Amino acid sequence: MTAEFAGGQVVIELLYLIASVLFIFSLKWMSSPTTARHGIWAGEIGMVLAICGTLLHHGIVDYKLIGIALVLGTIIGVPLGNVAMTAVPQRTALSHAFGALCVTLVGSAEFYLRSPGISRFMMAVLSLEVILGGLTVTGSLMAAGKLQEILPQRPLTYKGQNLVNFALLAGAVVIAITLVRNPGAQSLFPFMILIALAFGVLLIIPIGGADMPTVISLLNGYAGLSAAAMGFVLGSKLLIIAGALDGSSGLILSIIMSKAMNRSFTNVLFGAFGQVQTSHAAAEEAKPVRSATPEEAAAILSAANRVIVVPGYGMAVAQAQHKVRELYDALTKRGVDVRFAIHPVAGRMPGHMNVLLAEADIPYDRLIEMDEINGDFPQTDVALVIGANDVTNPAARSDATSPIYGMPILDVDKSHTVMVIKRSMNPGFAGIDNPLYYLDNTLMLFGDAKAFVGGIVRELGGGHS
Amino acid sequence: MNTSSNLIDALFIFVLACFIGFEVIRRVSPLLHTPLMSLTNALDAIAVVGAIVLVGEHKSTLSAVFGFIAVVAATSNIVGGFFITDRMLKMFKSSRPAAKPAADSVAK
Repeated sequence: MTAEFAGGQVVIELLYLIASVLFIFSLKWMSSPTTARHGIWAGEIGMVLAICGTLLHHGIVDYKLIGIALVLGTIIGVPLGNVAMTAVPQRTALSHAFGALCVTLVGSAEFYLRSPGISRFMMAVLSLEVILGGLTVTGSLMAAGKLQEILPQRPLTYKGQNLVNFALLAGAVVIAITLVRNPGAQSLFPFMILIALAFGVLLIIPIGGADMPTVISLLNGYAGLSAAAMGFVLGSKLLIIAGALDGSSGLILSIIMSKAMNRSFTNVLFGAFGQVQTSHAAAEEAKPVRSATPEEAAAILSAANRVIVVPGYGMAVAQAQHKVRELYDALTKRGVDVRFAIHPVAGRMPGHMNVLLAEADIPYDRLIEMDEINGDFPQTDVALVIGANDVTNPAARSDATSPIYGMPILDVDKSHTVMVIKRSMNPGFAGIDNPLYYLDNTLMLFGDAKAFVGGIVRELGGGHS
Repeated sequence: MNTSSNLIDALFIFVLACFIGFEVIRRVSPLLHTPLMSLTNALDAIAVVGAIVLVGEHKSTLSAVFGFIAVVAATSNIVGGFFITDRMLKMFKSSRPAAKPAADSVAK
């Protein structure tokens, strides 16, 4: 290497260093909504610097092909950045698949370029990279398919499922070990990839819609770790740092999600988070419930001082968030203090509910996390539950036989009046009966969430309908 | 690039970056967990640099083809990821003009 080239290399490495620092600032500024948009700019500048630095790389001869690929990627990227807010979870899953696809392809190409002259350690890291990458590609595609409802959302379980999965993974590990001992065995490499791809599919098959927040976070972590492994293989410090940041982000979110669903961390790590199965819900006979009309609900709400709205994914499915915003406006105008209680797993991915409510122009300082708002329910006049079920189920506190026993819930039953908007008395997605509906202080508001909230707003004399 | 001291250096960087990641991400408001994920996704697509080198060096047809697809996939993540994160963050508005950040619930 000549001195001139070495000088160029220093410039490239310095650009990568600046990009790394900008990436860290980018995440740091995400700590608050007031600074978060600076974070995007920092990330974008870092990205542009890193790509420019890479184009300075002295070995590059074919700029045309790179240009075509960058343009093509941009053409695909714009519509993916433009999806509806309800579709953000499946978009995120899809982008995990794309990221992992990139990592897996680069890893595979590097293997064929370097084999058999790969050191043992490098081969081990490369195997980790493509196995993690491969399973993330198909796993994320499966998750995206389930979220988009192309694939059935019901968990698919069969006997010995875990055994089959672990046997497959063991097969991939055996091939990896063989390759570490003999990196020249090129014919084995495609089998390792195929097994990883198959494993990704089987990993997601037994997972139901309610577990998607955990799954997406976990796949995010896998994608990050595989990118960090790629950084080791390529000797790229920037990639190691970006992968470590992404991996730790995914891991932290997985831990938060699993805690919010009362599942142990090891349970999450090994992906053994099958749907909780219950049968006793169907055995419950019709117990008496009290119901109310929009007029009655409006009268109770307008007489209240403090109201807490508890939104769930059902609210987004019914597209009711804009009507909820009108209700918020109408009540606030009458001097009622309205806040929103956000359970960590409300929605289909971490933080999803906040985005859906922010889109409906509800100020973010009215969106309160579970731990912070739970103490306020006893002083609350009305808790209005819209499209949420399990996260309000008091059986999680009191009934040790309940499948969700121990899961942290929003203590809506402690408020003076609970109003639940629900289509019918059918148990929710998980099939767990909710004793909340039979309490003396609970009023059931039967109907479509959007229409019912609209009805309340009309009674209150607000809204545009 | 393959010497063992370089590998140890890389391990040091990885471990330290993980610590920074944990400390920084822990402080992110749960309010913003969705944009956080789309942002880290865009940043993670920095893997594009490895793919660009593969395409540009054109050492074999296989590596150029794999690299090409990888650049397309990663670029779509960069563009789409930053774009949607920005769209989401634009929607977060406070009810008070000079509101204190709702994030102090998580900041220790």
